[in-house]
Amino acid sequence: MRSDVVEAPVSAAAGPGSAAPEPSPSRRRRVRPAAVLLLAVLGVLAVPFVFPTWWMVTASFKPMSEILRIPPTLWPSAPTTEAYGQVFDLQPFAQQYWNSMYIAALVTVGTIAVSSMAGYAFARIRFPGANLLFGVVLIGLLVPAEVTIVPLFRLVNWAGLIDTHWPLIVIPIIGAPSVLATFIMRQYFLTLPTELEEAARMDGLSRAGIFRRIAFPLARPAVAAVAIFTFLHSWNLFLEPLVFLSSRENFTLPLALTQYVDAYGGPMWNVQLAATTLTVLPVLGVFLLAQRQFVEGLANTGLKG
Amino acid sequence: MATATMSPPQRRLNRREDVLTGFAFVLPQLVGSLLFVIGPLVAVVWYSLHDWNVLANSFTYSGADNYERLASDPGFHDAMRASGIFSAGLVLLNVSLALALAVMLNQRLPGTATFRAFFFSPVVVSLVAWTIVWGFLLQADGGINGFLSQLGVDGPNWLREGPTAMLSVIVVQVFKNVGLNMVLFLAALQGVPKEVREAATMDGASPWRSFWSVTVPLISGTILLVSILTVVGSLQVFAQIAVLTQGGPGTSTTVIVYYLYQQAFQFQEFGYASAVSVVLFVIVAILTFVQWQTRKRWVFHEV
Repeated sequence: MRSDVVEAPVSAAAGPGSAAPEPSPSRRRRVRPAAVLLLAVLGVLAVPFVFPTWWMVTASFKPMSEILRIPPTLWPSAPTTEAYGQVFDLQPFAQQYWNSMYIAALVTVGTIAVSSMAGYAFARIRFPGANLLFGVVLIGLLVPAEVTIVPLFRLVNWAGLIDTHWPLIVIPIIGAPSVLATFIMRQYFLTLPTELEEAARMDGLSRAGIFRRIAFPLARPAVAAVAIFTFLHSWNLFLEPLVFLSSRENFTLPLALTQYVDAYGGPMWNVQLAATTLTVLPVLGVFLLAQRQFVEGLANTGLKG
Repeated sequence: MATATMSPPQRRLNRREDVLTGFAFVLPQLVGSLLFVIGPLVAVVWYSLHDWNVLANSFTYSGADNYERLASDPGFHDAMRASGIFSAGLVLLNVSLALALAVMLNQRLPGTATFRAFFFSPVVVSLVAWTIVWGFLLQADGGINGFLSQLGVDGPNWLREGPTAMLSVIVVQVFKNVGLNMVLFLAALQGVPKEVREAATMDGASPWRSFWSVTVPLISGTILLVSILTVVGSLQVFAQIAVLTQGGPGTSTTVIVYYLYQQAFQFQEFGYASAVSVVLFVIVAILTFVQWQTRKRWVFHEV
């Protein structure tokens, strides 16, 4: 688990051939057709990754009569924002959007606080039982959320917190989802040189002060990675809101998106796709702006353990 | 050196302060682990040994009854089979596509960064949103069949027919997450020393041959790791099924977590659902343990 694991492709992609020796002319001539072919293959392969987003956005501006028309239209022939109006008429969508945003923001901030402190303590501070406690915490990596959903439902029910946002905020911050964050933070703190901290200690800084003023600011790359995957994890959560929430004004976005159905249970496609567009585009936009941080942060989650 | 200049009392003070700070720093995470991980884990095993009737409000010890029921429940067998097919199909398609994409992007052609962003972008899109859009495309009268009809092909009702429903669910999931594995493979490929491949080329190996005989063995650790991670993730699939097929047609896409959800939250069979949870936990725990062992063994092959 090293944060630099995924840097290689990023820098390679940023400056193609910057360090590589110039190929000889004869070799370059031989490579070119192959390169064109390869780009063509990549272009075809990119279709199922990019087209759904295109289809979603364009369909959300089509009237219902055009949405399932054959032959399909790649661009709405008579664009309308009717569906976007209905998104807000049929459900308290703005409220649901706010729910998702504030829950994800709180979970992200809370997880950063909890996991950076625990990660720092496990990496740097020697206290009795540290290894045992770390082992106890690591069990969280072995337990998928689905396994404990029944007892957690009973627990939340017993606490009278069904149909509130509490379980969606508190459980991720200190429960299983934050264990991975703690693990990543610990691995990162282990790589930091100890000299700075020792010097700070000589200057009379307390342990908590060293963490707050020196170690935490140095851990920004790991914090960024944790922030990104924690936010997305909370933003995308589906099973937990489905189990814990029951009234529409409390729903989060993934749950709300599935609720745009007509009286017969059939999906109202244009409205559903308009709501989906509103959900997806901001995150996609941020991704395109901070691509490198996203790729690194999420690849780190994949490398857990 | 720094500590050597400290006076002994000063050092003792630091020790005590360290112990207190250490406990305080891990306390929230520890409480959370006990309350929301270990407690529930013990509880789910405990529940699984009970006959739990929510309506009659009865909770009686029943030993291994729930597990015996699992052994003879065709619904559970179907769920295990569906999960098996889903995981096998997903890992096969996902890992091979991820590796192919990584190898192509590793050629350092112009435009590579853009393509990498394209392939990675579904990873950041909300799972439910991605699934809804694909569900729309895969309708009997949806976009895919619309385009197929232009080619004179009469497409199936993808999500409502046996074999294509499972295939659709797998493929939608592959496109959603293959970008993540692609990035992991890219990192591994960058770690293959150029000299090694050049040596193989010098010896007259074709690019194809040198890929299979030199590159693949060198990144085999990553391939195994990525495969296990993909299987573990695939066992937890739920939202895609709930949105696309609701487990149908029949029970053909009722995977283990969907079955668990039905038993617990549709039929209120909390004791029985807990037994399903325990089985899921054991499978995931074994796979994760294998993954940790793998990482230790292949550590030299990693970047």
